Amino acid sequence: MESRIFKGVEIRKKQYYDSVFLMGVNQKLGNFEGIRQTAVLMGSEKNKSILSNMGMTDSRIEEAGPNDLIIAVLGETEQAVSHALGMADSVLQGLDAKKTEARFHTLEEGLSQLPDANLAVFSIPGEYVPHEARKAIEAGLNLFIFSSNISMDDELELKQLAEQNNLIVMGPDCGTSLIGGIGIGFANVVRQGEIGVIGASGTGLQEFTSQIHNAGFGISHAIGTGTNDVKDKIGGITTFSALDVLEKDPSTKVIVFVSKPLGDQLVKKLVSRIEQSKKPVVCCFLGLDSPLRLPKKTDRVVRIIDEAVSASIGLIEPGIKSEKLELTPEEVSWCEKEKGRWSSEQKYLRGVFAGGTFTYQSQQVLKDAGIRVYSNAPLDYPMTLADPDVSQNHTIVDMGDEFYTLGRPHPMISGALRNERIVQEAKDHQMAILFLDFILGHNASMDPAGELLDSIIFAQSEAQSHGGHLTVVASICGTDQDPQDLAMQKALLREQGIYVFNSNARAALFCANLLITKKVSEK
Amino acid sequence: MKEKKKDVLFKETLKIINIGLGKFYENIEAQSVEAVQVDWEPPAGGDTEMIEILDQLL
Repeated sequence: MESRIFKGVEIRKKQYYDSVFLMGVNQKLGNFEGIRQTAVLMGSEKNKSILSNMGMTDSRIEEAGPNDLIIAVLGETEQAVSHALGMADSVLQGLDAKKTEARFHTLEEGLSQLPDANLAVFSIPGEYVPHEARKAIEAGLNLFIFSSNISMDDELELKQLAEQNNLIVMGPDCGTSLIGGIGIGFANVVRQGEIGVIGASGTGLQEFTSQIHNAGFGISHAIGTGTNDVKDKIGGITTFSALDVLEKDPSTKVIVFVSKPLGDQLVKKLVSRIEQSKKPVVCCFLGLDSPLRLPKKTDRVVRIIDEAVSASIGLIEPGIKSEKLELTPEEVSWCEKEKGRWSSEQKYLRGVFAGGTFTYQSQQVLKDAGIRVYSNAPLDYPMTLADPDVSQNHTIVDMGDEFYTLGRPHPMISGALRNERIVQEAKDHQMAILFLDFILGHNASMDPAGELLDSIIFAQSEAQSHGGHLTVVASICGTDQDPQDLAMQKALLREQGIYVFNSNARAALFCANLLITKKVSEK
Repeated sequence: MKEKKKDVLFKETLKIINIGLGKFYENIEAQSVEAVQVDWEPPAGGDTEMIEILDQLL
């Protein structure tokens, strides 16, 4: 029997807050017992339609203006709803006060306040990190370094110093870690479980952990190593440290390693380390061209995140058969329908991505299907875009690249950059497929789908006005526990006729199928 | 001083010092983790060479 849901709404007239601030209020209210969902937002037309999609209809919401704050709560009991609403003002005031209260300004001041801290998280400009991070290691802290632009020499020195002190350095340029269920940086909310994962790429870890959660399994720890750790110069210091941690960790039953192909020296070191591992290891080498010889103890070597998910679940529950990455007959039929609507001019795929790993993995899936894609972050060097601002033939751009983000918010936190590119692509009437990725989780935009809708609709109408039809394909990396509301994000996209997949690799396969069948039909 | 090791990090309750983005701190705190926010400012006016010199003197 489905339990009853209680609703409650409060309006605060002429109280304006920015969306990042309100995200914090939303999370706090959502943490109260018995609360299913909360929406604390300003009364703009777009926000009111979101509330209406949530089933929150109320005359007071209708009357609210853009400068009025709406607090909407869905809960399991009437008491839970009224308690959360009753706490709203104190949560608002508490967070507001925190913004202005005198905080600490140095690592030393922070340590004096929390002397038994065990992790320092750095997101200050890269040039200052080595100095501060050294002090943190000397104070006995493990590190998560989100900052980038740190030299490999400094990275090596920090990691060696940490190793001598039996500490771990996640990063630099580390986007994601999950430590005992706690997300640091950009991380999805996933259940705890028996699969431990190590990865150099933040979005790679997000995709893996989300898919494990969505399959009904859980993550013990997800340890980000930072982009450069797997290069021969650093020698995988954090990777090996993380392998030691997961091997000793009693909750971890299977260890998964997700990475781009490694340097030659590092492969040898990794092989010999895995040979000694007391636990099964799955290796996912994105972009790996030739078969890699790894010891028997590496139960699987795979090339796609979905295959790593399938292999690791198979090791936890041997009864579960590995699923092959393929489309359903229904999905194949959608491809037929879509390509039949394209004009004779339309022939190219244009990917406008937020995630680096998704850019890379999509190119791999398309390459396997015989489709070569240009990119600012190419799988193969000859496919490098001459000008990152101008697409050629089939193109996927990683809009998170520094080329685009200098002085602009990363596409994972704001849709502005991608909106501009989508509008630009829309003006090229050879575009047949617009391919997008959406990433949910802590610290990501609270409404990534909604932020891009206007430009997607513009691109669709532009194609229509030229006698064609734009096929829009999207993947969402997220879980039902994420603060953004996965179901609503999917619904927003599907309402616009967008094909939405839970996996980037499957979405890429759908694009490949669209392009291959087009070729076949032209023969 | 209490010893803080990497293995312990993955067993014990997390206690975090967040140096930089306030948004990261808010997300850590929202997960009921004990944390301190450091609104870090570059010492010595941001001159990295001067920071090194001061470090050697102190």
